[in-house]
Amino acid sequence: MFFFTHSRSDGKVILAKIIVITSGKGGVGKTTTSAAIGTGLALRGFKTVIVDFDVGLRNLDLIMGCERRVVYDFVNLINGDSNLNQTLIKDKRSDNLYILPASQTRDKDALTQEGVEKVLEELKQTFDYIVCDSPAGIEKGAHLAMYFADEAVVVTNPEVSSVRDSDRILGLLSSKSRRAESGERIKEHLLLTRYNPARAELGEMLTVSDVEDILSIPLLGVIPESQAVLKASNQGVPVIMDEISDAGQAYGDAVDRLLGETKPHRFLEAQKKSLLQRLFGGR
Amino acid sequence: MSLFDYFRDRKKPAKTASVAKERLQIIVAHERGQRSQPDYLPQLQQEIIDVISKYVQIDRDQVHVALDNQNDCSILELNVTLPERP
Repeated sequence: MFFFTHSRSDGKVILAKIIVITSGKGGVGKTTTSAAIGTGLALRGFKTVIVDFDVGLRNLDLIMGCERRVVYDFVNLINGDSNLNQTLIKDKRSDNLYILPASQTRDKDALTQEGVEKVLEELKQTFDYIVCDSPAGIEKGAHLAMYFADEAVVVTNPEVSSVRDSDRILGLLSSKSRRAESGERIKEHLLLTRYNPARAELGEMLTVSDVEDILSIPLLGVIPESQAVLKASNQGVPVIMDEISDAGQAYGDAVDRLLGETKPHRFLEAQKKSLLQRLFGGR
Repeated sequence: MSLFDYFRDRKKPAKTASVAKERLQIIVAHERGQRSQPDYLPQLQQEIIDVISKYVQIDRDQVHVALDNQNDCSILELNVTLPERP
């Protein structure tokens, strides 16, 4: 049994922030990013909850490695079948980190705007950051994940369909959200994932600046295409915990930038291969 | 990258990224333009076509409806190409 208090983990009084991780297109790394950013915020001392909005196709639990500890879910919580303490799963790696799993047996219509609002308001009493992992698409689940957000991380791959879908999502963020309806803006961040600097240098892949030119929103970070991501998901460990890996470090930088730090972008240039590596295909 | 790739690499690489960027810039600009239009515009266009075709034979693509916003003034532009007289 967990006990929640109203004092922040570091004693400072901060207003709870809702951050949506969204993309439109599926498979670009929303859940990987939600897990990494949520864990990164928790490791930096902020009380954080990651909420899975992908009702019917829950996967955040697997990426976070807590799939066997799910008892109640988001829909149970909305319907009043369970309370917050029963439903939230405490992460084993950080005392500041909790996961709110999506329902696996229901469909997206089980989420209602009033229900989501009620749960988010309750979470705001306890947490510094609420990270909303949006489902793919622009249907109800994606709409509700972004509706109450203060900030949005738009996850994009350097590839035509992903960039186009991201632009569509940016349109929705600026029209179909609570902030937009009250004349405010959601703070938008671009996170470019699965970036391959070598291919970009060869002119085979859109470069970071190409994507920035098209979407024209501030760049939060560039995550290189990395073997560490699959390795981390295989084990149910957020990739940001793999501090030796390029992807882990790139996510770490992105979290620092999200918190207002200015950091140069890394891993934008291809690793030069030696002649021997070229001949024998070493990695 | 193996021995064979080393020689294959000598070939001029195809710069497909620039094609992708150009295509994206065009489609994104087009879709952003549509986004700022009010929802009723397609229906308005259809009803105008219906009225005109009561009197003259006309194709859908011969009627253009566009809404232009300039400062605090919106201009509804209606462009109808009538068929040539027989």
